[in-house]
Order: sequence, then structure tokens, then C-alpha cells
Amino acid sequence: MTTPNVADQPAKASMLYDPRVRSMAYQGLALIAIIWFGYFIWDNATTNMENRGIKTGFDFLWNRAGFDIIQTPVEYTQDSSYGRSFLVGLINTLIVAGLGVIVATILGFVIGVARLSNNYVIRKLATVYIEIFRNIPLLLQIFFWYHAVLKPLPSPRSLYEKGEVIAFGINNRGAYLPEPIFGDYSFLILLGLIAAFLGSYFLGKWAKKRQEMTGMPFPVFLCSFGMIIGLPFIGWLMAMVLASESAPLTFSYAEMAGFQLKGGLPIIPELVALLIALAVYTAAFIAEIVRAGIQSVSHGQTEAAHALGIRNGVTLRLVIIPQALRVIIPPLTSQYLNLTKNSSLATAIAYPDLVSVFAGTALNQTGQAVEIISLTMAVYLLVSLTTSVFMNWYNSKMSLVER
Amino acid sequence: MKLKTLLAASAVVVMGSSIAGAATLDDVKAAGAIKCGVSQGLPGFSNPDDQGNWTGLDVDVCRAMAAAVFGDASKVEYVPLSAKTRFTALQSGEIDVLSRNTTWTFSRDNNLGLEFVGVNYYDGQGFMVRKDLGVKSATELSGAAVCTNTGTTTELNVADYFRSQGMDYTVVAFEKADEVVAAYDAGRCDVYTTDRSGLAAQRVKLSDPDAHVVLPEIISKEPLGPAVRHGDNQWGDIARWTLNALINAEELGITSANVDEMRNSDNPGIKRIIGADSELGAQLGLSSDWAYNIVKQVGNYGEAYERNVGPNTSLKLERGVNELWSKGGILYAAPMR
Repeated sequence: MTTPNVADQPAKASMLYDPRVRSMAYQGLALIAIIWFGYFIWDNATTNMENRGIKTGFDFLWNRAGFDIIQTPVEYTQDSSYGRSFLVGLINTLIVAGLGVIVATILGFVIGVARLSNNYVIRKLATVYIEIFRNIPLLLQIFFWYHAVLKPLPSPRSLYEKGEVIAFGINNRGAYLPEPIFGDYSFLILLGLIAAFLGSYFLGKWAKKRQEMTGMPFPVFLCSFGMIIGLPFIGWLMAMVLASESAPLTFSYAEMAGFQLKGGLPIIPELVALLIALAVYTAAFIAEIVRAGIQSVSHGQTEAAHALGIRNGVTLRLVIIPQALRVIIPPLTSQYLNLTKNSSLATAIAYPDLVSVFAGTALNQTGQAVEIISLTMAVYLLVSLTTSVFMNWYNSKMSLVER
Repeated sequence: MKLKTLLAASAVVVMGSSIAGAATLDDVKAAGAIKCGVSQGLPGFSNPDDQGNWTGLDVDVCRAMAAAVFGDASKVEYVPLSAKTRFTALQSGEIDVLSRNTTWTFSRDNNLGLEFVGVNYYDGQGFMVRKDLGVKSATELSGAAVCTNTGTTTELNVADYFRSQGMDYTVVAFEKADEVVAAYDAGRCDVYTTDRSGLAAQRVKLSDPDAHVVLPEIISKEPLGPAVRHGDNQWGDIARWTLNALINAEELGITSANVDEMRNSDNPGIKRIIGADSELGAQLGLSSDWAYNIVKQVGNYGEAYERNVGPNTSLKLERGVNELWSKGGILYAAPMR
């Protein structure tokens, strides 16, 4: 028979002296203080606004907006609601931010690598690019591109009167692309495209496996490229045969109709100017990040690859960049976030983004500044957090797997 | 500007309840100047000259109020505001009076907690196009690209007008008036639309003002006037009767030149307003010579009109409906008795 050892039991001290209970209590108090502070601000604002007879609440989102927007990716008319205008603004923001991220990344990588080129001219050109565009305020760059793009361009009317082609042209109302109009059986073209993408994906997987097994490389890029062009073309041919009466795919071109160009797929100059400005500006930062990332990989890696007889391009692609990415991705994320937030400068040049449409026009027509500004801030926060989550996931995927 | 909206919005949020409902007149007297919200530069209405002095018809309303309150028309602090930030600035107390070519509408008066005190310019929305387009009427504008300002009644009127005429159009909306002018000048749009007074004012800024023409159609009513915060009736009355004093002074023939001799006039109507023993000032909580100071330092409405926007200025605006009711216009101020 044994008596329980006293030392095995936790000391029966007062709760007051338990560090865990104490820290919980302090954090709880801090939380209550924050909640109270938030409530105080909210209550103060609503009371004050009520005293002044200012309408509050989010009901206005369902009211008729009554204004028009120049670029509407989803259906929107002046009869749509303020909520709908919010959606249009949000999508316009995502369009310019998404395109900007893609263009800035490509441009930034090219210039970052160029900055380390052995060629004196290329190296210096890249340096000059970075130093110029990194050091001029973005708003000025936006104005520059907008007016530099807009001013020298002819009006569609003057082109028309001179008898020049306007269908494909760029004029001061934007770049006009032919708009595809899908006829009977045109789904076959889409089917071809989907098949091509799926094929490329599986081809890539198979080629990688084969190279790991046998060491034989396979020209995946060329084959995928061929599929993506070829399969939709075959689809189009089949559709031509099946739909003997009508063409499966026709294009509508812009043409002069009274005042304005009608038809075609116009890309407004505001989008072009904003996209160029955002991409060019952010690319300068990305280039520096890429350069730093590449330089963080020790030079011995390059020498070792060269000693094995691997060519320069392949060394960069397969040896240097994968290791550099670990250093590049985290700061790259903040550049993407910056680009997204900077897109709100669109309001200066009439690009209908979220700030311009919702926190601009809608705010003024409804006068509900507090609601609209907080909703806008919440959306930017959400977009930025989503980008962050995605980039963190990508980062952990790319990080060095230690064995 | 986004920052400014944010600041103004947060100012509303953190403001103590003590400010709400407090007497603006006391605050203004303590501050020593009236904070007057004006435009960012609209010639004829509110525009800084090359020495940074603000002039214009809207500016004169603020100057008249300063003359009424302090006896000194120069005691005004001008706060330039964009169309977007103007109402928030007034709601949050950043300014005491908004005199910024602002249209008096139902929802602004009610939803926004504002109080419009009268009309100092009867306007209407019009269109300006290049002469070489050969357009004679707004009904020929189908398909046009239209440049305008965000956050204005203009944006809604143009939507209504094109809808009712069964025409389509594209709208290009900028935040700042200068950007609208620059874009229209660069050929981004076929049409520039705003209040007709605004068209006349902004036209001066175009590279070749004579190459443009204002179309005859007036598509809306735009009564422009000063506004104050809802809820402070005394301050609202001071603003309202300052405006009425300007108009009544013109009607009675009191000008800045003859106000001193008119002061001794036998006409009881004149005596009531600017006489040395006038009792009207006391009813507003002001000194007895408030109206005298307004006319002496700012002039009457007609003088302000001629000086800022009249036919002898670069805007060349005829009086039209802004003439006194007794001369065929619709300017009609309530009697001061």
C-alpha cells in the first residue's frame, strides 16, 4: 500500500497566482476594452448622425442608382441599384488589378534578369528603367500615360473623314478590337480549347514523370502551344461542316455610326493608361526584388551548373530561379497588394473602379459617407487578405523541402 | 481627395455630441472667421486670383456673411472642396457654410441633413460641343461620349435626358472639374456637360474657347445656393437673410457707392434695413448695422453679379432669369420688416 506522492500532484495554489488564468484575464479585459471602444465609436457616430438628420443604414444599396458607368463587365443600366454599381466597380478594380499583376510580373522578371545581364547595354538600360519609374510618383505617371496616350491620338471622326480603317484602330476613344460573335455549333471551338488545356496539363505531368524515369526531355511547351492553336481550329472546321448554312464564328467590327463608333470590342483609354502606369511602376519594384532574389543564390550554383555543361538559359530556369523564388515570393506579395490598392488612383482619370464609382458617385448621390467608405475599406481588406492567403500558400509550396 | 473624404468621414465619427446642435454663431465668433466651403476653382463663382484672393458670386455670399457677423468682409477662411467632399465637410463641421455652386435638391435637403437657405443663381444644365461637329441641337447627340464630373446632379440629369430622348451615350466622369476640361479639350469626349454657368466659366480654360458652342437646350433646373447644417436655425437665418439683404438692397437701389447717403434716407423700407436704428440685426443676434456692412463692403446682388459673371466679365452671362422679379426675372427676396 502506497500513499500518493505529494510531489506528483499540482500545487493547490490560488487561482490568482496561476499564470495561465492571469494571462487569460488580462487578454479578456483587453478584448472587452476594444469591443467597448468600437461600440463607443459606432454609437457616437450613429447618435450624431441621427441628431443631424443624416440617414443611416445600408438600405440605399437596393435603391435605383440613376447614373451610367462607362465600362460595365456585368449588365448594368441606370435602372440598376447602388448595390449593382458596387459590383461593377469591384469587378473593374479586379480587372485592372489582375491584369496589372500579370503584366507587372512578366515585365518585372524580364527587367530583373536583364539587370544582371553580362551585356553592358542591357544591364544599364534595365537600371535606368528601374531608377526612372521607381522614383516618380504613381499619380504623375498615371496622368502622363493618360494624356500622352490620349492627346496625340486622332478622333475616330477625323479618321473616318480621311477614309482610313477604323475597325482595328486605336483612336482617342480607345482601342477597338473585333468582337467575336458565336454562331451555331460554335461550342465545338470552346470544346477544342478545353481539350487542349486538359491535354497540355496531362502532357506536362507525363513528360515530367518520363524525364524523372529516363532522363529524356520532351518538348512540352511546343506541343501544348500546337494543341491550343490546333484543337480549337479543328473544332471550328467541324462546326463549319456541321453548320453549312451559317458561319460558326464571325466578327463584328467597329464602324462609324453617326457620332460614335458602334460595335467591336472597345478597350477604353482609361483602362489602358491605368494598366500601363500600374504595371510599369510596380515592375520596377518587382525587378529589384527579382535581382535581389537571384543574387541571394550563391554564385557557386551557377558555376557548378556550367561545369556540368548546362547552358546559361537552362541554368537560370532550372537551377537559379527555383531557389531564388523562395526569397522573391514574400516581397512580391506586398507588391501585388500595393498594386491592387494603388488601382484606386483610377478615380483621377475616370476609370470606373470601386473608389470612383461607389466611393465617388454613389457616395455623393446618397450622401452616406460612413457606410460607403467602410464598405469600400472592407472590400479592399478582403481582396488584400485573399491575395495574401494565396501567396502564402504558394510560398509554402515553393519553400525548400528539407530532407 | 479620397483621403479628404476619409478624414471628413472619420471626423463625423469621432466628433463629440457637444458640437451637434451647438450655436454655430458662437463658434464662428470664437474662431474669428467664417469657414466657407468653395469650389476648387470655378471662374466667376469661386476662384482664387493670381494673388490667392478668392473672388466670385459664391464667394461674395460668404463675404457678405462675414460683413454681417464681424463687420469685416475679409474674415472668411476659404476651404476648397471637390463635388464629392463638399457635403461631408459641411456635415462634419469642417466648414460653417457651403457656398459652392451647389444645386438645391430634395434629397440633399432631407437625406443629407443640410439646409439650403435660398438661391443665388438660377441655372440649368447645358451641353457644349466643338463647332466643327456641326451639331445644332442636343437631340442630335445620339451615341456621343459625354465628359462630366462625378458626384453631381449633372451625372443623373444627363442619364435622364438621354433616356427620355431614346438616345444612347457613354459617360466619362472625372473627379475634378479641371480634369473634365482637360479631357474634353483633348478630344476624349464629344460633349462637355455641366450647369450653363459652369460651361461659360470653364470655357475660358479651353485652348481655343471660340471653337466651341453651347447648345440651346437646357435640360434641368439647377437652383444654386448656399447651404448650412440642418438644426441650427439661428445660423440658417443669418445665411438666409444675408442673401435676402443682398437682393433687397438691389431692389431698393442701395449700392456700395450710395449706401452712406441712403442711410439717412426717408424711405422707411431703406431705413428698416440699413438705418442706424434698425432693429432687424438684433433679431438675428447681430449688430444693428449688419446690413449696412454687407452693402458697404460687398455691394448689392446686382453689383456682385456684374463684377463676377456679368456681360463685362470673361463669362459674359446675361442676367436672364437672375434679374429681379420687378425687371422680368425670378429673383424675389422676402420683405425685410
